[in-house]
Amino acid sequence: MAPSSVFAIILAALVLSASMAPQHWSARAAEPSTGVPVPKPPKGRGNECVAETDYIRRYHMQLLDHQRDDTVHEGIRTKQFSLKQCIDCHAVQGPDNKPVAYDDPSHFCRSCHDYAAVAIDCFECHDSKPQKSAAAREAFRGSMLALEGYLKARGP
Amino acid sequence: MSRDHQRNNAPQEQSRRDILRGAAALGGLALAPGVTLHLIGGEAAARPADEAVSDTHRWGMLIDAGKCGDGCQECVTACADENGWDPDGKLPTDAQWIRKIDLRDPKSGAERTLPMMCQHCASPPCVDVCPTGASFKRADGIVLVDKHTCIGCRYCVMACPYNARSFVHEPLTDQKAHAPRGKGTVESCTMCVHRVDAGKQPACVERCNDAAGGAMLFGDLNDPTSEISKRIATYATARVRADLGLDTGVYYRNI
Ligand code: HEC
Ligand code: HEC
Ligand code: HEC
Repeated sequence: MAPSSVFAIILAALVLSASMAPQHWSARAAEPSTGVPVPKPPKGRGNECVAETDYIRRYHMQLLDHQRDDTVHEGIRTKQFSLKQCIDCHAVQGPDNKPVAYDDPSHFCRSCHDYAAVAIDCFECHDSKPQKSAAAREAFRGSMLALEGYLKARGP
Repeated sequence: MSRDHQRNNAPQEQSRRDILRGAAALGGLALAPGVTLHLIGGEAAARPADEAVSDTHRWGMLIDAGKCGDGCQECVTACADENGWDPDGKLPTDAQWIRKIDLRDPKSGAERTLPMMCQHCASPPCVDVCPTGASFKRADGIVLVDKHTCIGCRYCVMACPYNARSFVHEPLTDQKAHAPRGKGTVESCTMCVHRVDAGKQPACVERCNDAAGGAMLFGDLNDPTSEISKRIATYATARVRADLGLDTGVYYRNI
């Protein structure tokens, strides 16, 4: 099914079922007037994604499919649309401050999929957590933020 | 196979290897005119990440059974570590990307041990029988399973004369990021394609050279100046079930 038609269906379903939506579907701050709950994917690392946000939102599945054929059959190992990179940048920390795996509903790749009833099997094989180096970077960033918070709270 | 793996002539072997290694450290050891033994360093240069593989190279291996240690499992554990499978599988159906096999000539009693894995055939029967095109040969000769298209029918497992493929029966967790594996798909030696693409050697070859007898050599069969091609041109080598005419990429010596 074309992404556009799916989005249309999702939108229609949302309008119809808005009143029945569970509480935790928090509405996006930018569009509070409609009152329609939409999924709220956690923000990735940095300021921008590997493609225009609108584009990646709609076409990430095509990009990933293309990339996997290029990599597996042609040995092309560019980083831009590599699944490993998506996972590295879109890691979500759990309560234990470690990146969550796909079995956790707060995983980035589930933030919309659960909502739109999309089921992907990628993480039966692929690692859904950032690679060690990336995880270490995240942990470091986490501890730096904590330190910054502490220093701020302590005052000059 | 009733082999006594305790029998051990390793000390003597070890010292000979140490001598070879020492000599190699001094810059390579002349074995025969034109053939130099390099125990260290690879010859695969990394291709740019955005460049597709081509048939300029054909990757292959030369395995010297004469240097392969009796009872040594280094290549097997190296592969398992690298690719995240369990080398101590108890069931005959467990994953097995590479295994050691022992040969014994019933007449002379001569014994050999060698690693057996996907032989990366130029005409791979596993590719012929695959109904979805998941089993394929890369331009550089590496035979792979595209697990995204594998439906788990296992025709390829039956077709392989080397018993080199296995099937994942159970859900897995904690796979390596560079070696995704999952239930319902067939798998086998990838010649560490992720390492080869990065200009490195397969994990088994590296480990055998670092920690064992240096019995494995990886290189480009298409390049007549490569170490592997020179050795194949110089010494008598054999390919397993050469009668099948599959033109395997894995050569053996002293079997
Ligand atoms: C049955 C196991 C399996 C499943 C399921 C699977 N993959 Fe893969 N995938 C692999 C293997 C094996 C590779 C090759 C890894 C290599 O050569 O480095 C790969 C490579 C890739 C690559 C290129 C490497 C990278 O990290 O960018 C992409 C992209 C990819 N897969 C996307 C997907 C997507 C999207 C899904 C889900 C729709 C998926 N895969 C499901 C096994 C799987
Ligand atoms: C360099 C880090 C980085 C990488 C790599 C990355 N992203 Fe992103 N991604 C981001 C950021 C930052 C945003 C938010 C952009 C914004 O707010 O406009 C984002 C946004 C998104 C969104 C839209 C989320 C929303 O709010 O609707 C999707 C979907 C997405 N990324 C998927 C992917 C996929 C799939 C990949 C891998 C092919 C990937 N990203 C790789 C950083 C990254
Ligand atoms: C902004 C919301 C959003 C985020 C975040 C998101 N997806 Fe999606 N994804 C969707 C929607 C909606 C579809 C269904 C589109 C369709 O069917 O045309 C989809 C479909 C897919 C598909 C194709 C599924 C199929 O059955 O064909 C893949 C593969 C996929 N997403 C991978 C990912 C991965 C990997 C991530 C995390 C890096 C991710 N997505 C994050 C919204 C999202």
